[in-house]
Amino acid sequence: MDILTLHIVVPVLTLVGISLVKGQNMTRWTAAVGMGLQLLLSVYLVFSYLDAKGISPETEVFFTRSIVWFESLNIRYDIGVDGIAVAMIMLTSIVIFTGVFASWELKNMYKEFFIALILLSAGVFGFFISQDLFLMFLFFELAVIPMYLLIGIWGSGPKEYAAMKLTLMLMGGSALLLVGILLLYFGAGALTGTPTFNLHELAAVDFPMEIQRWIFPLTFIGFGVIGALFPFHTWSPDGHSSAPTAVSMLHAGVLMKLGGYGCLKVAIYLVPEAALEMGWIFLILTGISVMYGALGVIKQTDLKYINAYSSVSHCGLVLFAILMFNQTAMNGAVLQMVSHGLMTALFFALIGMLYSRTGTRLVHEMGGLMKTLPFLSVAYVLAGLASLGLPGLSGFVAEMTIFVGAFQNSDLFHRVFTIIAISSIVVTAVYILRVVGALLLGPIKKEKFMNLKDATWYEKLATVTLLLCIVGIGLAPLWLSDMIMNSLESIINQLTGL
Amino acid sequence: METSLNYTIWILILPFAAFVLNGLLSKRLPNQVASAISIISILIAAALSYYLAFVYFTDIGKAAETFMAIKAFDQTWLRFTESLQIKIGFLVDPISIMMLIVVTTVSSLVFIYSIGYMKGEKGYNRFFAFLSLFSFSMMGLVVATNLFQMYIFWELVGVSSFLLIGYYYDKPSAVSASKKAFIVTRFADLGFLLGILLLSYYGNSFDFLEISSDNGAAVSQMGGITFMGMSVLSWALLLVFTGGAGKSAMFPLHIWLPDAMEGPTPVSALIHAATMVVAGVYLVARMFTVYSFGAPDVLEIVAIIGAFSALFAAVIACTQFDIKRVLAFSTMSQIGYMMMALGVSGYAAEGLGFTASMFHLFTHAFFKALLFLGAGAIIHSVHTNDIREMGGLRKYLPISHITFLIACLAISGIPPFAGFFSKDEILAAAQMHGMIYFGVGYLVAGLTAFYMFRLYFMVFWNKNQPAESKVHESPSVMTIPLIILALGSIFAGFVPFGNLITTNGQVLETEFHVSLAAATVGIALVGIVVSYLFYAKPSDRPERIAKSLGGFYRTVYQKFYFDEIYLFITQRIIFGIFSAFIAWFDRNIVDGTINAIGWLTAWISSRIKGLQSGQVQQYAYVFLGGVLIIGLVFFYYWMR
Amino acid sequence: MIKGIPFEHIMIFSTLLFFIGVYGFLTRKNLITILISIELILNAVNINFVAVNVYLYPEALEGHFFALFIIAIAAAEAAVAIAIFINLYRNIRSINIEKVNEMKN
Repeated sequence: MDILTLHIVVPVLTLVGISLVKGQNMTRWTAAVGMGLQLLLSVYLVFSYLDAKGISPETEVFFTRSIVWFESLNIRYDIGVDGIAVAMIMLTSIVIFTGVFASWELKNMYKEFFIALILLSAGVFGFFISQDLFLMFLFFELAVIPMYLLIGIWGSGPKEYAAMKLTLMLMGGSALLLVGILLLYFGAGALTGTPTFNLHELAAVDFPMEIQRWIFPLTFIGFGVIGALFPFHTWSPDGHSSAPTAVSMLHAGVLMKLGGYGCLKVAIYLVPEAALEMGWIFLILTGISVMYGALGVIKQTDLKYINAYSSVSHCGLVLFAILMFNQTAMNGAVLQMVSHGLMTALFFALIGMLYSRTGTRLVHEMGGLMKTLPFLSVAYVLAGLASLGLPGLSGFVAEMTIFVGAFQNSDLFHRVFTIIAISSIVVTAVYILRVVGALLLGPIKKEKFMNLKDATWYEKLATVTLLLCIVGIGLAPLWLSDMIMNSLESIINQLTGL
Repeated sequence: METSLNYTIWILILPFAAFVLNGLLSKRLPNQVASAISIISILIAAALSYYLAFVYFTDIGKAAETFMAIKAFDQTWLRFTESLQIKIGFLVDPISIMMLIVVTTVSSLVFIYSIGYMKGEKGYNRFFAFLSLFSFSMMGLVVATNLFQMYIFWELVGVSSFLLIGYYYDKPSAVSASKKAFIVTRFADLGFLLGILLLSYYGNSFDFLEISSDNGAAVSQMGGITFMGMSVLSWALLLVFTGGAGKSAMFPLHIWLPDAMEGPTPVSALIHAATMVVAGVYLVARMFTVYSFGAPDVLEIVAIIGAFSALFAAVIACTQFDIKRVLAFSTMSQIGYMMMALGVSGYAAEGLGFTASMFHLFTHAFFKALLFLGAGAIIHSVHTNDIREMGGLRKYLPISHITFLIACLAISGIPPFAGFFSKDEILAAAQMHGMIYFGVGYLVAGLTAFYMFRLYFMVFWNKNQPAESKVHESPSVMTIPLIILALGSIFAGFVPFGNLITTNGQVLETEFHVSLAAATVGIALVGIVVSYLFYAKPSDRPERIAKSLGGFYRTVYQKFYFDEIYLFITQRIIFGIFSAFIAWFDRNIVDGTINAIGWLTAWISSRIKGLQSGQVQQYAYVFLGGVLIIGLVFFYYWMR
Repeated sequence: MIKGIPFEHIMIFSTLLFFIGVYGFLTRKNLITILISIELILNAVNINFVAVNVYLYPEALEGHFFALFIIAIAAAEAAVAIAIFINLYRNIRSINIEKVNEMKN
């Protein structure tokens, strides 16, 4: 069995294992071991990818495999990864691994929870390894649907409302996406004689502009909804605030990245001419997202809302960079996906840990936690610093790559929006410091905060894993950046028409 | 030749290692070990820097009578495109060496001083970890080979400053001061970043040497492209200067510096007096070739802002009563001086201002660090910052008294102390450029002498301490750094700067202007005498003057209400209007639309669901009706 | 072939029976009467089957089989229906069809 299929098989086996074992302890250990294996597998994938790329630098997609699935419809189990997918797979396994530890103490229906959570992750892994649009869509849906249960059952607050809203909006997005995919499929059929879902075969098809003008908005908005594109982002604050910790982590950390990845690999890769023609419309929307999300945070008081809006801002930056249509900016977009995935997962994990101790998520009800919870507080400060783009942490690498890339477009329109996007880093600093100041610093607000217990071992494990990755990328970004950069060639070639 | 400089990397690595070690193990390490790690690492770095300076100035630096810039190493860190790469390197040239000397010297002394000052504080290890982080970042900044490396370390010094100002994190005023410092400088850094991006877009390089090679030929093509009446190069350089102005607390981005005094005093001495705040000056000096050839108009702005800040801060300093705030405004004023000197400077033979500015930066580091450490010793003894509650301390704190006096004389520009020489050069440069700059500089010199001696007299003379006072001199770990810095403040002026640090690396002939020197000393003496009359003995003269000035005095005392203006803009307008509007808009309009769609669907379905009554007979009626209609339709078609 | 009874009469009779059943099904409120009405409809159909078989295809047997089949099904259906009615009566003390709206909303 090839290494990519193993990435789906391991979660599935973990699911089977979880359904067989009894008791909370056995369940969570099974999940932890399974996801630990998955993490090791992804690390191995990274190294074998780098090896293979070193041997044949001209090849784009590695570890490919193609098995006919529905012959009559030309649907195939086409898998394979490039550098971008490898980075996203690595990110996913880190986040799901830490997510298991973040839900270590879950009491209520733990078995079903882990099953849904890992099923979701299997969907995400499948999405990233797919080279066939049908397969991709299938896994996309597989990743979205468990979310409904996860929020609806294990959530807090108005969870039914949030779950319903989130699922319906994402389903609406995938409805548009499906239309776009079918247009591609039948369009290719009409133009070449054989309808196909294969990404690379579709990329070779030269669609006429009239079709492209339909496909691009459909696919871009379809993926954009899950990537929190303004004004389709409102599922995010409600969804995140109601979701349980691990789900928020996985959702903001990984699921929102499906949007950026899809926009890059489907919307832009397959219909480049329309992308170049209509990109400016979406550039305005993403520019708004970036600033709007950042300014929107300032007035929020619930930690999860704060993080949700800041995710809108940061994910807006991803789509913004993709629409800059050059290699540097797109590289930045992927780096930002990785970086934001790591730090937002860390944020949500920490928020969950703080909530379980203080019993509140409202900023003004906390204060002075640095004294009693030094470990969690330091981790929170580091996450915050990563979020505001401090050098030495991953956020800086991603943002600077985006900004340098965005600056390559020298016309006034792009300049204005670039400057707006860059200005958001100041606003980010403002809200991060406000939150850190109100939450962790200052005198202790309430008597009961005096004897809180700092992180347990599993919380430390989750936090430290994420922190190590953030610092690691922040200190030595070159290998990751080069890995992504090399995989962007084909998209750039599509755009420049080579 | 380059391989022989490999040891320079240790200058960066050692403090960083100390930070990591102290940061990770801060709970486990005993206090002495933690401070020892930091101090030993910085001492080794200092020794290496001195060695490097010695080797550079005597041996490897000079080629054809010109000091060359050498890259000790330059490693790619992040690749944007083939030509735009962030490299982490180590640039060796006269100004970077000068800054290294300043940073390592002051750092070492402040580290040692902190053993005494911070004794028994909670988070002692954390303090040393942050100090090491700061030293590492500051040295990374000064040896940067390219703009982006500088930006990286620029941000890192910003965050270490944030961490150290907010050291007493349970004090709300410290927390808000640290936030303010970070956000204001961050705002300025936005300008810096935009400037870097603009420069690199047109110049296609981040590298200092490439940008300024051939007198800035790489970016001079930008001069042709104009935007809103100024060339793009000017805009870029102005934006870069914004970053420098923010870090160096130039008007109008100065508001964070006085508040930054909430940090522990050694921090104020190291970061907010001697090293970090001069980073802006250093930045302009580093890019000076480009400024000088590419954008003389921006250099004029630099001079104006520098001169105005110098005057503005000096006026405010005369009214403040917090010892550290007076020093903070004095720092701002002196940095304004340096900026002004850079602004009025020309290139090569007219480069006196540049040399003077670097010279003043060098001497200022010594006497200002000394002033702050002295103030720290005083605060440590009397446990207050308010100079009205001090007085007559000269008997209790003899060493602090003498060293403080030396520093005051140095900053006032009394020969033969260090400040005299550098200030004299600045005023000479200003005089060459324009009388207005000279006038402002001259006035500020007098004001400086006045407010420094106001401080001195109010602290050490004036009224007497009550007899039972338990005020006593600080331990020797604190006084020895004072003495060393005092020696520096006396002798730093004799360094032949014209031979070492010039705009183009060649020797600059500086002459000593007797008349100018006499005039400067004269106004300084006037300032001292006035303050002696006012403050040496308890009297009501200062208050009478303050009363007679009325509204003006109050405005100055409130720092021209700048804090309030900024607060109004940020809190009321940005947070209160923009942000609140967006929060409302998002919840009600955007989300409202989404919810309205959901509600509409639910409404329609609730209308339709009435048809599903659950009454079988109704269904049967409908069924029959349907059958009837279909029958009729078929019947109609059949009949045709 | 039944002596003296023309095919048309049987057809008219079964049609009347059918519509009496439909009328009863639509207007009655009592579930048992509705059930009886359904039986009437079924029997109308049965008569048609048998009559058509006898008068039009005397040599075939399918019509008879169908009629028998329907009688058997109707019996089973009546048994199930009455069981449901009894349960319903136990629960809501009524077998009025308009009261059976628990599943609504």
